[in-house]
Order: sequence, then C-alpha cells, then structure tokens
Amino acid sequence: MINIFEVNETNKMIEQEKLDVRTITLGISLLDCADSNLDSLNKKIYSKITTLAKNLVSTGKEIEREYGIPIVNTRISVTPISLIAGQACKTPENFVSVAKTLDKAAYDMGVNFLGGYSAIVSKGMTPADENLIRSIPMALSSTEWVCSSVNIGSTKTGINMDAVKLMGTIVKETAEATKENNSFGCTKLVIFCNAPDDNPFMAGAFHGVSEADAVINVGVSGPGVVKHALEGVRGQDFEVLCETVKKTAFKVTRAGQLVAQAASERLNIPFGIVDLSLAPTPSVGDSVAEILEEMGLESVGAPGTTAALALLNDQVKKGGVMASSFVGGLSGAFIPVSEDQGMIDAVNRGALTLEKLEAMTCVCSVGLDMIAIPGSTPASTISGIIADEAAIGMINQKTTAVRLIPVIGKEVGDMVEFGGLLGHAPVQQVNKFGCSDFINRGGRIPPPIHSFRN
Amino acid sequence: MKKTIITVVGKDTVGIIAKVCTYLANNQVNVEDISQTIVQGYFNMMMIVDTERLEKSYSDMVTDLENLGNEIGVKIRCQREEIFTNMHRI
Repeated sequence: MINIFEVNETNKMIEQEKLDVRTITLGISLLDCADSNLDSLNKKIYSKITTLAKNLVSTGKEIEREYGIPIVNTRISVTPISLIAGQACKTPENFVSVAKTLDKAAYDMGVNFLGGYSAIVSKGMTPADENLIRSIPMALSSTEWVCSSVNIGSTKTGINMDAVKLMGTIVKETAEATKENNSFGCTKLVIFCNAPDDNPFMAGAFHGVSEADAVINVGVSGPGVVKHALEGVRGQDFEVLCETVKKTAFKVTRAGQLVAQAASERLNIPFGIVDLSLAPTPSVGDSVAEILEEMGLESVGAPGTTAALALLNDQVKKGGVMASSFVGGLSGAFIPVSEDQGMIDAVNRGALTLEKLEAMTCVCSVGLDMIAIPGSTPASTISGIIADEAAIGMINQKTTAVRLIPVIGKEVGDMVEFGGLLGHAPVQQVNKFGCSDFINRGGRIPPPIHSFRN
Repeated sequence: MKKTIITVVGKDTVGIIAKVCTYLANNQVNVEDISQTIVQGYFNMMMIVDTERLEKSYSDMVTDLENLGNEIGVKIRCQREEIFTNMHRI
C-alpha cells in the first residue's frame, strides 16, 4: 500500500526539484512517402505526419494532468529527409520546400520541434545527401520548428572528412543566414558521430530506418532531483554517492516508463525506448553542473570534473536500466552550456574552457552542445572541432555530437540570448591556431581496429 | 478498479475533510483510505479513492478539486496511483 511519505516524496521531486518528462517524441517513418514528384511528396509527408500526430499534444496534456507530472515537450521525428526526398529534390531549393512542409506540419500539430531534416553520410554522400546538406542554412533560416542533423562518422565506417569539411561551412552559413537573431539557426543543427536511431532529444532526433512505422520514445530528466539527493549524503564516500545517484535515477526513469506506456496505449502506437537522461534547463535548480559541484568541486571545470561526470553518467545508466525494459537514445548526462545555469556561471568565472568541455565529452552522453563561439571563427576551425569530437566518438564507440553557434558579430566575453529552454551563453574562446591544411585533405578517416568485430 | 491518490496540503482549518469528501460523494468517487497528519499547524492528508464510477472526465475532477482547494486555502492534488507505485515499488 502506498504511504503518505512516498506520495510526498514524489510530489516534492516534481514540484521543488523539477522532475519532469522532458519529451514525448513521436517517431514517424516517411519511407512510404517517397515520390518523384515534389508536390505529391510534400502532400504525402504532410498528410502522414498530421494523421499520425493528430492526438499527440492532447494526449501528452491528458497524461500530464492525470499523473501530475509535467511533460515539457511533445515532438515529432521523421525519417532522414535525404533518404526519402532524393527522387523529387534535385536542388537544395527543392529540399527547402520539404523543410517548409515539415514546418507547417509541426505548427499545425502544435509540437515544439520536428527533427529529421537529416542526412547520414558517415561513409559517403549521395547527391541527395549533399543537396540536403547544402540546403540546411536556407532551410533553418526559413523555418521555425524544423531541426537538422548530419551523421558524419561512426565506429564502423570511420569519419567522412569531406562531410566534416562541408559541415564547417554549413555551420558558418547557417550562422550568417540567421545573424539578425543571434545566429539562432545553429541551435537547430547537430553534427553527430555514431548517431542513435531512436533518440527523442532535439535537435538531433530522427526516426531511423531500423524503426517501425511509428513509435513513441520518451526522454526523462531530473538533474534537480539527483542534486537534492546528493545534498543528503554530503561528505560520504563514493560508494554511498554512487548508490544514491543510482536509486534516484531508478525512480526518475520509472516515471518516464509509466508515461511512455500510457502514451503508447492511448495513441495506439508502439512504445520504443525511454531515454534516461539528465538534461538540464536554464532555470536554477535544474542543472547538471550543480550536481558535479555538489560532489565536491569548487566549480565545474576544476580538476576532478571529468571523473565526477564519468561516475554520474555511469550511475544514471545503472539505475535507469532496471527501471525500463527498453533504454536507448542518448541516455546519460547532457552537458550543454547555454541550457545549464551552472555551466554558464562556470564559463563566466573562467573555470570552464572549450578544451575541458571536450575532455568531458569523452564520458558524457553526447558532446559539445550549445556552445557560443566568436562569429569570426573560420569554417576550417569549426570543421576541426567537429573532427576532434567525431574522433572521440569513433574511437570510444560512443555517440558524440557538436552543436556550436558561431554568433556573427559577437566576440569572446559577449553574452548571447537564445530564449526559452535554449537559454543564454557567453561567447567562448576558441584556439586561435588554424587547421585548414588538415581539413582540406578531404577523404575518409578509416575506422579503428576494434571496428572489426563480427 | 481505478485508484487515485488525492493529497491535501495546507494550513489547518475546520471542515477540510468534510468539503473534500462531500465533493467526492457527489461525484460517485468512493474513499478507500485516509491518512492524515498535522505537522506544525500544517494539514497533510492523503486519500486513496476509487474513480471507477466517476461520471465527469478525469481532467474536470482534477480542476474541480484544485478550485475547491483554492476556496479552502489548501493545495489539493489528484494523481493516478500508478505514478507512485511505479516509482516506489519494483
């Protein structure tokens, strides 16, 4: 029988410690929409999305109301558009028309974001992939809800350095195209290595080709809950620390599993995965950085930060894995800068540099995320950062990603506001030394020796 | 059976239980268990109720109880039981 203390604990987690279901994401396969005529392609895409997602937002609201747990976002992810639109789209402009269709569908369904304006080019690029990639700056500046991602490498295939080079330019062009708005377009563009097929978190969500026709994925989050639990074991040893994180992650994930099942039943769409993540928001008390500091660091970025993050990530997974039968996505701790007040503070006080963030990405769940850099940063340097990050993912068989925002017209020390969940970020110093000769080589970095497991 | 947990938290005053129970009775909601504590003048109650025969929508009941709470000056929350059993039971 449920007792009053457990009920109060859950409600305290929700109300004071900001436990939430971060997102319900409906993944939709658009493979059956492929068509050689652009108009009918757009019509089919719109109609499939709006048919399947008709009740998505209202169901989310209903579940939120019945269980009393906030569901922050409802989103849609679709099959990478380069795969289904290649037949009809012969130019980047053609692809932009598909982006606009996706944007309209997202708006009409009332979701926060729609992901999947994507290409998977880890080994090589088709003409459709290349056209889609070249259309990204235009697509992201002329739509509001569409998110884009490009997978440029994997442990199995190595790193496609031609794509890395191209993406440096695309990131810059996207920044230029949205410069009136603090280069906002770049917040909707992620470059992946080892991208998972079933990730519900934006901007990198897409519906992989290995997935069913439609599927419900749920992302849970509660950095505040973990921070609060750790406050209770201050000064105790690592065993106690780990045990505490694990137990808390279990409870958080169970809430997500429940919501995922409820959404799946009500929408009559199969349940995919729970992504058990600690994803921060800019509001105070909802920060991954604060958890790390609670472990005993004076500031995030101080020596010990990588170890602290490594244990946090591992315990979150250990606790969460038992709470749900299907765990996937990017499970672990996210370390975006602009979306985490503790990270922003650490950058401002000079404790957290780009290099330390890169080191942290070796053990976090994703990568360099939401980092503002000077608008004057050359495209080849951005490509260099992408290559570094992809190499970490490739060698360590983990997902890594880059979401950098070269803010046009801003220099180191300036603050940039993105608004809402995307927060604000100080423009950070990037290493001044160039790497253009390295990036200009082109070609492909071969996969590492341990990719030969079969 | 569809079980729901109702929690009532706020400054103690006369008639809180009576008002909540009257609303539930009027809406065919059966009370199965009540536990209640008063800590430092604060009223803290948990009810387990059965909403199987509830005629209005669940969401309307949640809203009505929230409004009732505002009238009495307490916070009334209404959540399906599963959120608690899932989080606290393996």
